[in-house]
Amino acid sequence: MTGVVDARGVTFGYADRPVVENVSLTVAAGAFLGLVGPNGSGKTTLLELLIGLRRPDEGSVRLFGEPAHAFDDGERIGYVPQDVATANDEMPVTVAEVVRMGRYPHRWFRRFDDADRRAVQRALDRVGVADIADRRIGHLSGGQRQRVFIARALAGEADLLALDEPTVGVDAESREAFYELLHELNDEGLTILLIEHDIGVVTTHASEIACLNRELFFHGDPDAFVETDALAEAYGGAQGVVHHEH
Amino acid sequence: MTPTPRPPAGLVAPPSRLLETILDDVWGVGLDFLADLLGVEMLASPFMQRAYLAAVCVAVIGPVVGSFLVHREMAMIGDTLAHSAFAGVAAGLFVNAAFGTTVPPLATALVVAAIAALLVQALVDHTGAYRDTSLAIVLTGSFAAGSVLVTATDGGIAVGINAYLFGSLATVSRANVGVLLATSAVVTVVVAAAYRPLLYVTFDAVGARAAGLAVGRYNRLLAVLTAIVVVAAMQIMGVILVAALLVIPVATTTAVTGFKRALVAAVAAGQFATVTGVTLSYLYDVAAGGTVVLVAIAGYAAVTLAAGVRRRLTTSRR
Repeated sequence: MTGVVDARGVTFGYADRPVVENVSLTVAAGAFLGLVGPNGSGKTTLLELLIGLRRPDEGSVRLFGEPAHAFDDGERIGYVPQDVATANDEMPVTVAEVVRMGRYPHRWFRRFDDADRRAVQRALDRVGVADIADRRIGHLSGGQRQRVFIARALAGEADLLALDEPTVGVDAESREAFYELLHELNDEGLTILLIEHDIGVVTTHASEIACLNRELFFHGDPDAFVETDALAEAYGGAQGVVHHEH
Repeated sequence: MTPTPRPPAGLVAPPSRLLETILDDVWGVGLDFLADLLGVEMLASPFMQRAYLAAVCVAVIGPVVGSFLVHREMAMIGDTLAHSAFAGVAAGLFVNAAFGTTVPPLATALVVAAIAALLVQALVDHTGAYRDTSLAIVLTGSFAAGSVLVTATDGGIAVGINAYLFGSLATVSRANVGVLLATSAVVTVVVAAAYRPLLYVTFDAVGARAAGLAVGRYNRLLAVLTAIVVVAAMQIMGVILVAALLVIPVATTTAVTGFKRALVAAVAAGQFATVTGVTLSYLYDVAAGGTVVLVAIAGYAAVTLAAGVRRRLTTSRR
């Protein structure tokens, strides 16, 4: 079976310290994969391997059917880095400028045409930041910034959205709204890879869960995950799961 | 016997004729007119006309490249490359003194600074050394090499080196203005063409990589552009102060919303600093580089103070 992402026996380490060991997993188109695991379990590294930011020491990762590390169809991937809620405070870029970056992989050098401008406007409207398009990104709240980065991915018409703990530093209300948005986008067909430390959020919104602590302890649907001992094994102790109901 | 064919004038002349057109017909005539209009004689002197043109050029390319450096917290790379450019000047003067050649010191400065730029980038990329550590190593290392080269000769070149260390309006010859105009055009065109990749890398390097951009290539491009700017501006600013032109105008205008608008505002702030600085330097017969930097810092302080006062007024009104 091949999917959007297809990892086979992936191992990666820094110097002689293994961070990810023998991970195999496939993410089908349209999936919403929640990646959970304790701190330092290699989640970020695995995400970076899956979208081709790193090359595995052993094993292989295929992204849209191509070797991930050589994949250069940048516009198909939207990436929301870990520290967007806090970084780049001083840089005078506006919301509109950031969202326009989503079109850059289509237009690194050529001028924007009407289709580009429409895509940017649609993305601004879709996540509800059109009214703050001329504000500086550094002056926004964490929750607003998250939306801007999602808009950047949408402007590029990405097929795959990769998010690394996107709601760190974001207040509870904005977080809930943010996950609602991700849920809707997933329903519209966007494939999502999400790292999240709040397991309750993941089991509520994701369509499948991968539980990692260097090795893959579990990959399957959320209900099965809650019933297994994978979580306790990965975290090496008792860990209650709060399942948010809506 | 056929006469030796002379090269058609159009093939040889363009660079010098272009310089003539720009420097004499456009810039010179414009400033002459301004001198008449305002009754300011200084503007009509060819020496000052060259100095002002140089000032305008360096205040365009400095902030244009500096905008990308400041926001990646690499403000000190300019200073590092300036010191390696000094080593390049010393190397050029040394070679000329030792072998009787006439290599232009600015050419060796450019080569050495560009190599240093790539070296710094390689150190950052491959050794995992902290940025400021690798910058400090290259900065002191190249200045050390320069000082050794300067003292390795009889002392004849030590005299010429002062002009490069502190900058001087007297070194701005017609040829130098020509070189400066050409480099400014090249730097501006390259930044305009690579604006989007450079902006993306500056704002979010990991995101840029995920978007399929060869981030390393643009890091190296920015480093080499910095080397070019530093060498171009070194003539009037001096090795020690040239980095100010990359940093202070950009810092002055970070409050402007929008990266592109802030960049344009930084160029305006740079123009104010260099033109005012060159004028004061001429009127009071003091070092041009130092005067420009002091004016730039005064501008920065005034803007920061004004912003603070405005913030206090708006909060107290509530």
